[in-house]
Amino acid sequence: MQSIENGNALNGAGTQTFVPKIVAFCCNWCSYAGADLAGSSRLAYPASVKIIRVPCSCRVNPTFVLKAFQQGADGVILCGCHPGDCHYVTGNYYTRRRMALLFSFLDYLGIERDRMRVEWVSAAEGARFSQVMNDFVSKVTALGENRKIADIRCKGASGGEDVAGGNNDD
Amino acid sequence: MTREERLENLRELSGTNVYACMKCGKCSGRCPANVQPHRFVSLLSRGKLEELLNSETAWDCLTCYACAERCPRGVSPVSVVEAVRKTQVCMKENNKISAEEIPPAIGEHTPQQLLMSVFRKCNG
Amino acid sequence: MQRIGVFICHCGTNIAATVDVKKVVETVRAEEGVVYAADYPYMCSENGQQMIQSAIKEQNLTGIVIGSCSPRMHEATFKKAAAQAGLNAYMVEVANIREHCSWIHKDIGEATKKAVILVRAAIAKVKLNAPLQQGTSPVTKRALVIGGGIAGIQAALDIAEAGFPVDIVEKNPTIGGRMAQLDKTFPTLDCSACILTPKMVDCAQSDKIEILSYSEVEAVKGFVGNFTVKIRRKARYVDETKCTGCKACMEKCPSKKGLNEFNMGLNTRTAIYIPFAQAIPNVAVIDPAQCIKLKTGKCGICSAVCGAKAVDYTMQDTFIERQYGAIVVATGFKPIALDNFNEYSYATEKDVITSLELERLMNAAGPTGGTLLRPSDGTHPKVITFIQCVGSRDTSGCGKPYCSKICCMYTAKHAMLIREKYPDTEVHVFYIDVRTPGKNYDEFYRRAVESYGVDYIKGMVGKVYGENGKLMVQGENLIDGEQVTIASDLVVLATAIEPEPSVRKIATLLTASIDTNNFLTESHAKLRPVESPTAGVYLAGVCQGPKDIPETVSQASACAAKVIGLLVKNELKTNPCVAGANESMCNGCGQCANVCAYGAITYEEKQFRLGGGKTETRRVASVNPAVCQGCGACTVTCPSGAMDLKGFSTKQIMSEVESVCRA
Repeated sequence: MQSIENGNALNGAGTQTFVPKIVAFCCNWCSYAGADLAGSSRLAYPASVKIIRVPCSCRVNPTFVLKAFQQGADGVILCGCHPGDCHYVTGNYYTRRRMALLFSFLDYLGIERDRMRVEWVSAAEGARFSQVMNDFVSKVTALGENRKIADIRCKGASGGEDVAGGNNDD
Repeated sequence: MTREERLENLRELSGTNVYACMKCGKCSGRCPANVQPHRFVSLLSRGKLEELLNSETAWDCLTCYACAERCPRGVSPVSVVEAVRKTQVCMKENNKISAEEIPPAIGEHTPQQLLMSVFRKCNG
Repeated sequence: MQRIGVFICHCGTNIAATVDVKKVVETVRAEEGVVYAADYPYMCSENGQQMIQSAIKEQNLTGIVIGSCSPRMHEATFKKAAAQAGLNAYMVEVANIREHCSWIHKDIGEATKKAVILVRAAIAKVKLNAPLQQGTSPVTKRALVIGGGIAGIQAALDIAEAGFPVDIVEKNPTIGGRMAQLDKTFPTLDCSACILTPKMVDCAQSDKIEILSYSEVEAVKGFVGNFTVKIRRKARYVDETKCTGCKACMEKCPSKKGLNEFNMGLNTRTAIYIPFAQAIPNVAVIDPAQCIKLKTGKCGICSAVCGAKAVDYTMQDTFIERQYGAIVVATGFKPIALDNFNEYSYATEKDVITSLELERLMNAAGPTGGTLLRPSDGTHPKVITFIQCVGSRDTSGCGKPYCSKICCMYTAKHAMLIREKYPDTEVHVFYIDVRTPGKNYDEFYRRAVESYGVDYIKGMVGKVYGENGKLMVQGENLIDGEQVTIASDLVVLATAIEPEPSVRKIATLLTASIDTNNFLTESHAKLRPVESPTAGVYLAGVCQGPKDIPETVSQASACAAKVIGLLVKNELKTNPCVAGANESMCNGCGQCANVCAYGAITYEEKQFRLGGGKTETRRVASVNPAVCQGCGACTVTCPSGAMDLKGFSTKQIMSEVESVCRA
């Protein structure tokens, strides 16, 4: 089990290379479908990206993002329909405003701006989804590990199962 | 200033968004001095610096602001004309232009008001 | 304690080639709450589904996770299978380990690891799932059409054709709308009245259609399938059931100075009037602002001459309340006021007219009997200049930022009709762009130029001024690069159109979205163009955006198809993944209703028991599950955290986040 659990891969020389943890929130109607299209078009992006499905990007509470960072995510990306194309008419406009506020809050916290991103990806943009993810992962990788607000008790990367299992607080 | 900087400076001086123009020609349709303000907007939006700097028509403008008043897109062509005049003046030595250097008026129809406004605004 | 079953699909080799399925099964088997884990080559197959169903029964599972293709592909399949085995369909979660994992990764170790994480996240979520039931709501099998122009008429006729009763509410005394005012229609030039009035008669004769003319929608309650609408029937002062439309009253009425709205104020009408000869209903109405009897109490001539005894000066507005399943909004348009455009001298020069006024001047039933005469002196104009885009495409704040869409075509039509009827007339058209997309439209415009010799000038007019009995039109000819001044006899302004201003009130009543230009917003610009985001409300005609008659009729028929599709249902199934407020936390602040695009949230005063036998009454949010679409905008807006979304609750998503980050 340990081999599966271990977040960081060993390179040929036996030293650890940094593999970031990325949480991607995707709206059900556009971006999740865009991710599906990236999959069916076999357009690869790093396995460190894990997608969480939400009905609309406006369902994503800024605290979800903060929660992810607290739990040890190195980057969080939020994808929704293009402005004007929201399945729920105005949902992504709310997202845009909320996330603008979140960005300034992250600035205040001293979290690098590049760790959080908002992208509009339509259901037809499989290639774009993959390209956005590749780009985001490389940016976050360059930034390195998120140490600022990650709760060290949550960082299961090297500590393994015990540390993570022991943490249940919100 | 490089050519690009000069153009950017012109856009800044004019203070109007020339890209909002939809080329309807209403400004020129309204112009009492027939200086075709739409051409200034078009030249600036297409970056035709030399044409603007060599323009003699710029000095025919009465700066009556009829074009700016009537533009359906909120562009102010007269501001481009004024920016062109300023730039022409600034590119002379001593940042000055003498009355003799102002291109001769088109004809006897040119109103007095024109000369007044030119002197007041651009012959500092 | 939850008993979770996990089922991992191989999808042939689609998943199994890059994900070590056995290893995934073994790993997640150790997860807390998981009591059963299995894999199968094709989980979606008959056998795979049976395997899931028997596991649910034998293991007494309370929730299942399927690791397979995208939920967009087979979630419905697995939900159905689970429901058949007695497990609530909303206790099923799908982990997407094909599109989001096996198909994009090459390394088996890496892909297997990711698959485990995705399945774990789904397990974390399903543990917090709650069984949900689809609700139902009944459907009232009656439709309301607001607006009796061509859009409303077409929608009503199509709905009635399918056998459903439909009411048309029209604020004017007659149906017919703007189309009734037009002379000819492009691109075929058939007479507008000849094609419209038979449809108006069909409405009047249909036993399914009730025309509520001279009426307005006053209040709307309810939701899709169950609207309750209060309608104000304005006092007509003439009994609709008695009036025969004989017009004896109109002949005798002494108050003759009212502006004739139907003729755009180009002539006058009496205080008691029938708007036009083919009006439906063909019943008189009294203008209370003009009637001498109603203003001073002295007159009563119309009542005296009325053989049917239909005139009733004591009539008051009445209200009726009706139930509807669906509502079609077809409120139409009006030309904009030209107050901001004094450069065209519309207010000061009588011979500067709008295109709609020209329609009346050219119409055989119009003020001039169809002969084109100048309003000022009644002479034939010899030089006519048209100015396009008056108030359209104007971002300066004076006009409208959009293209009114119909002006290029009707101006070509006017120019052509004039050249045809009066070949000695010189016709000029100032244009910015000529926009004539549409079947046979550009050909139509080219015909005006090539066969009828209409002079099209690219450029805009700067000013129009009167001089020696002529209208001097000064504009720029951009192609020739010169300023031109055309001495004209008549100037026609192709005035921008705007939605009928009353639409804003109607949108508010219906909680239908409306944009800054007062156009109603459609649910999806491409795929749901006739539906309002508010369920059960449909949009036809110019109230949704500028459009011509063919387009309006298509949209109205599309609306009718949608309405019929709704009304044939006896009840509506509602999506159970809707928002709901925790009433003990909600303080009724009203933020959630502000962000709801569907108007699903209302507030009600509720009594809550406090300790010690005391009660308190508080305002709390209440979500109508039949209207809520489940986007979740309200959940994030809620400052007290009272609002949550079933199926995507805050706890569920937090738990997924935690699970994903844990690994």
